Amino acid sequence: MSEHVWEVFRQERRGQPFEHAGSVVAPDADFAEAWAREQYGRRGESVALWLVPRDAIRDVEDWADEFDLKYRRVDGYSIKARLKEARELAAESAARSRGAFSAGESQ
Amino acid sequence: MSPTDALLGIADDELVLGWRESEWTGIAPLLEEDVAFSSIAQNEIGHARALYQLLSEDADALAFDRPPGEYRCAPLVELRLLDWAHTIARRWLYETADEIRLGALKDDPDPEVAGLAAKIDREEAYHRMHAEMWHERLRDEPRFREAVEELWPYAVGLLPEQLRAELAARTGLDLPGDTVLRGKERGSHTDELAELWGEMTMVRRSAPAGAQW
Repeated sequence: MSEHVWEVFRQERRGQPFEHAGSVVAPDADFAEAWAREQYGRRGESVALWLVPRDAIRDVEDWADEFDLKYRRVDGYSIKARLKEARELAAESAARSRGAFSAGESQ
Repeated sequence: MSPTDALLGIADDELVLGWRESEWTGIAPLLEEDVAFSSIAQNEIGHARALYQLLSEDADALAFDRPPGEYRCAPLVELRLLDWAHTIARRWLYETADEIRLGALKDDPDPEVAGLAAKIDREEAYHRMHAEMWHERLRDEPRFREAVEELWPYAVGLLPEQLRAELAARTGLDLPGDTVLRGKERGSHTDELAELWGEMTMVRRSAPAGAQW
């Protein structure tokens, strides 16, 4: 039998996204379905399956990342660190202005 | 044959076939099929248990405590088949026949029996899908055709006479004569049953009576 790899995605509950569960090696869609049913559905762990021939999947795994474009990424902003910095700055300037005020008063 | 005998026959078929087919676990020709085939074998034993529970308070005793001669299974399910062509030929013939008798049982006047038949049939639908898929693929292979031919009289022997014409119609095979059927119908047993029974009941027989599992 000439065999193909079928990637199996399963849905755990209605409305939830399908997640990759594994694969089966099968000669055609009918065998893939029968085998996937047994491997990914017989314990009631799935409400639906998607079977996708691996050939139908386009792989994308090369990325150009030559420039520092981290501002485009969510993790480019470290809010925590910036908040800490801002708080320290505010506290510092408040202390400074309080210091200047009391110095003026005493004159 | 009383209705109870008929049900016991089906239960014993499912138990013994489930046992026989589980012999492929770990050595089926394809990994995926190994998993699927084992799962089907387990389902058949599950059907046997449900039927035994319908017939007795103690399903285990009914399943394991009879001597081999008192089992009601048909010779078809007792055969120890050592090649895949025969194994799939039996699977296909068995499921085709099983669908016919379950269809009849779904109309049983006892609602409990009819309900259980319907429940079993819903699971058998996937077994049939599996068997049909293999049959489609192997039907023109000489080895498979020979296997079907060889096992055909045994498959006929699985069903009571009134359901046999339907089986012949569904498989497209001709009903064999009485001489061919001799020793292959329910009521006869093969020598292989005693051996299977010995293995199947070994643990239970080795435990003291009343052992809790």
